[in-house]
Amino acid sequence: MAIISRGFHGRRPPAGRKLPPGQYETTGFPVLSAGPTPWISTDKWELSVTTETGRRHSWDWTALTKLPSETPTADLHCVTKWSKFGTRWQGVSLDVLLADVETAAEYVLVSSYGGYTTNLPLEDLLDGKAWIAYGYDGRPLAPEHGGPARLLVPHLYLWKSAKWVHGLELRENDTPGFWESAGYHNYGDPWQEQRYRGD
Amino acid sequence: MTERRAESATAVTLVLEVPEWPGHLAGQHVDIRLTAEDGYSTQRSYSIASAPDGTRLELTVQRVLGGEVSPYLVDELMPGDQLELRGPVGGWFVWQPEQQEPVLLVAGGSGLVPLMCMIRSRRAAGSRVPFRALYSLRSPAELLYGPEIRQGTPGVDVTHIYTREGPQQSVRPPGRITPDDLARHGWPPDFAPTCYVCGPTAFVEKAAAYLVLLGHDPERVRTERFGGGED
Repeated sequence: MAIISRGFHGRRPPAGRKLPPGQYETTGFPVLSAGPTPWISTDKWELSVTTETGRRHSWDWTALTKLPSETPTADLHCVTKWSKFGTRWQGVSLDVLLADVETAAEYVLVSSYGGYTTNLPLEDLLDGKAWIAYGYDGRPLAPEHGGPARLLVPHLYLWKSAKWVHGLELRENDTPGFWESAGYHNYGDPWQEQRYRGD
Repeated sequence: MTERRAESATAVTLVLEVPEWPGHLAGQHVDIRLTAEDGYSTQRSYSIASAPDGTRLELTVQRVLGGEVSPYLVDELMPGDQLELRGPVGGWFVWQPEQQEPVLLVAGGSGLVPLMCMIRSRRAAGSRVPFRALYSLRSPAELLYGPEIRQGTPGVDVTHIYTREGPQQSVRPPGRITPDDLARHGWPPDFAPTCYVCGPTAFVEKAAAYLVLLGHDPERVRTERFGGGED
């Protein structure tokens, strides 16, 4: 049973705004990362997808940006409780990147420049739910927000949208990533408020 | 809440008595949930300031102008009031007494709170690992934990970096933290310290980038940022 906070009125979200439980709206764009921001030149940038059989597919910057891109508008929900509505991105759908990748794997371990990792089920990356994003609000994605390119999976808490994405490893077994090993929830659905292990 | 202590004009330490508190690691935070009479509720995270000490827990909260939660905690909450909290949370931005390497703490403003928890936990655990701390703040009026920092702790060197206005006797002209400050008052990268950087986003971005530039292994630089949102 909730404790009523004497004299607390709070601020309600505007009518029509649906916030996941425990979230509040921000119009800024807070930054959250566990370490220093890595600076990666697009000349040296590479994205790879490795299947469970060890087959490796890779794209350099030119190859990525030549692929058909989309401009999704997404609501972001960070586990630190801010939500930001209507953010505008440009990127390549994972459906495009994974179209020619043969796999029976059910899980993905995503790794980033700088050493960050996060895990999610492969199906959460498919069917128009995820992108490799390189543009934000009409501009190249800034390094502190994950540029040159980050994973964007807006239906999960934002730590799943790995900044500075470098590789996707398709796996038969689920392997916890960085925050998932540090007490955070393995799946991270903001609408179920799956913040921490055990939620 | 059993007690409140003003730390500066805009920051207060809340002393909480938490039955069944499981203990915490230095650097962890708690989630606080406020609930209005009509059932509306909202949550924010606050760093723990006190070393593990049974069921007693201290949080230091900085009032954010226009914030939804921090002004309530700083100005309204009184001893005897109840607070709903969850924690401890966080397993990365932590210091544990078993760690043997030197430690560098870099704080911007109220980013000092979890780093102070590390200093206090070091003392409580009797650790003799050498700590150095750089504490960036606008002016002496914003100093948190003034008496305790002035009193000092053997093995912990604290350097204040004033960005707008320093005390009269201060030699360094006011200004934002520089690579030179970090080189002069931090550890040489060869000592392989673990670096903990906490503060507003822009401060952490800069300070962490400088540390890497000075030769610190990025994997030894742990960061915690706040701000960008309104509260």
